[in-house]
Amino acid sequence: MSATRTIPAPHIEEETRPFWDGLKEGVLRVKFCNSCNSFHHYPRSICPHCGSDDTVYKDSNGRGHIYSFSVFRAAPIPYAIAYVTLEGADISLMSNIVNCDFDTLAVGQAVKVCFVETEDGGAPVAMFEPA
Amino acid sequence: MNIKGKAYIAGAYEHPTRKADGKSLAQLHAEVAKGALDDAGLTKDDVDGYFCAGDAPGLGGLSMIDYMGLKLRYMDTTETGGSSYMVHVAHAARAIADGKCRVALITLAGRPRASGEATGTKPRNYGNDSPDVAFELPFGPTIVNSYAMCARRHMYEFGTTSEQLAWIKVAASHHAQHNPHAMLRKVVTVEDVVNSPMIADPLHRLDCCVISDGGGALVVVAPEVAKELKRPMVRIIGTGEAPKHQMGGRVDLTYSAAAASGPAAFAEAGVKPTDIKYASVYDSFTITVLIQLEDLGFCAKGEGGKFVADGNLISGVGKLPFNTDGGGLCNNHPGNRGGMTKVIEAVRQLRGEAHPAVQVPNCDLALAHGTGGNLATRHAGGTLILERA
Repeated sequence: MSATRTIPAPHIEEETRPFWDGLKEGVLRVKFCNSCNSFHHYPRSICPHCGSDDTVYKDSNGRGHIYSFSVFRAAPIPYAIAYVTLEGADISLMSNIVNCDFDTLAVGQAVKVCFVETEDGGAPVAMFEPA
Repeated sequence: MNIKGKAYIAGAYEHPTRKADGKSLAQLHAEVAKGALDDAGLTKDDVDGYFCAGDAPGLGGLSMIDYMGLKLRYMDTTETGGSSYMVHVAHAARAIADGKCRVALITLAGRPRASGEATGTKPRNYGNDSPDVAFELPFGPTIVNSYAMCARRHMYEFGTTSEQLAWIKVAASHHAQHNPHAMLRKVVTVEDVVNSPMIADPLHRLDCCVISDGGGALVVVAPEVAKELKRPMVRIIGTGEAPKHQMGGRVDLTYSAAAASGPAAFAEAGVKPTDIKYASVYDSFTITVLIQLEDLGFCAKGEGGKFVADGNLISGVGKLPFNTDGGGLCNNHPGNRGGMTKVIEAVRQLRGEAHPAVQVPNCDLALAHGTGGNLATRHAGGTLILERA
């Protein structure tokens, strides 16, 4: 299961530090553009939708549903990769689905965020589990 | 500028090796270059334009230009992964039409097997400077589980089945049995595919392409050069290139960059999908083919499963013969980049030089399409429409 899979520590730039700080605090933050009123992910200083630099981090409620997924059965330790669409944000994040029975996962399934430690004391990453 | 008819493919060569122990990457590039120039009836001293992608060793092609002793007026090292070579043909045609060069050489080579690379099953780390890496690498995206997510979503939205996907592999295997160089020559059935081990669900082992060494090269020339050569001439009449990515998180895995590159190529050529007699379509996985066929307009979005079923892609059986060399699914996938061999087989078909068992009768119009990068994250499509001159 995922508990024994080693998760590489994410590389953190100043541009994205508030995102990682949020995860350390147990909050999934998403970048929002005040100019075009839309979310984007991964976080950028300049909005990829409209090009404005008036972007801010907003706390999400950490809930969403599975857009698509695949269980890597042939991996030494099988794991489920997924795109999860966040509730109310119209964006999907690449992640893993954990704490679940792989055989019961489904597109559209409701999930909620959880925070998983990474290698060498790196920042935690946002994964999802059945809601 | 419309490039229709302003450049011709005069030389094409596919390296026969599938495991290049004892050959360097530079040597493979040089061998395919020589092969394609010999095929065209030209020499390296005729070359005044050179095109290569990220598979070339050293400094953006300069190392290969040095190795081969080329004297050039034009070079282009556009990198779009496995579709780079479609893009190179398009760029070469434009450079020729613009008078920047007359004889353009394009090379691809790779040796992932000899070097023991876990091509599709190990997460690729593009480095910390790549802005997406921190937000993806921790979750273990490999080539196979990424494409598997595209397959899963397609199944969810359109009811596509594993059996329908399997037909794509079945068709490729029917063609590969006639290719002595193909890595997998055994004809397989739908049952063989769906009963092969699950790699990343819903993709089975036989939904995946082979891993191979080797390479290929093309020579693109100006019309006045083409007229002097003895080989059958293949005219470039339409080209399209387009990227597709995550759109800031507005992810849609049901279509590919072919949805933009395909219509652009058809518009330039002034032909329709129903006019195409043969199609080379990038086949890193069965799902890649299905999504691209829809995007290129061979069938409606969501209808790909029905379109590929019951042998519709088998030469002599179905309406759209595809990848008659066995493609990436059975023949080879040199350097993890299948675009070059797609163009080469289209050239063989238009010249009437495909294996007689798979040669499409009166093949006067062909398409070659590639997807480079990762279908589920960021990739580029390149489409070529070629005609027998």
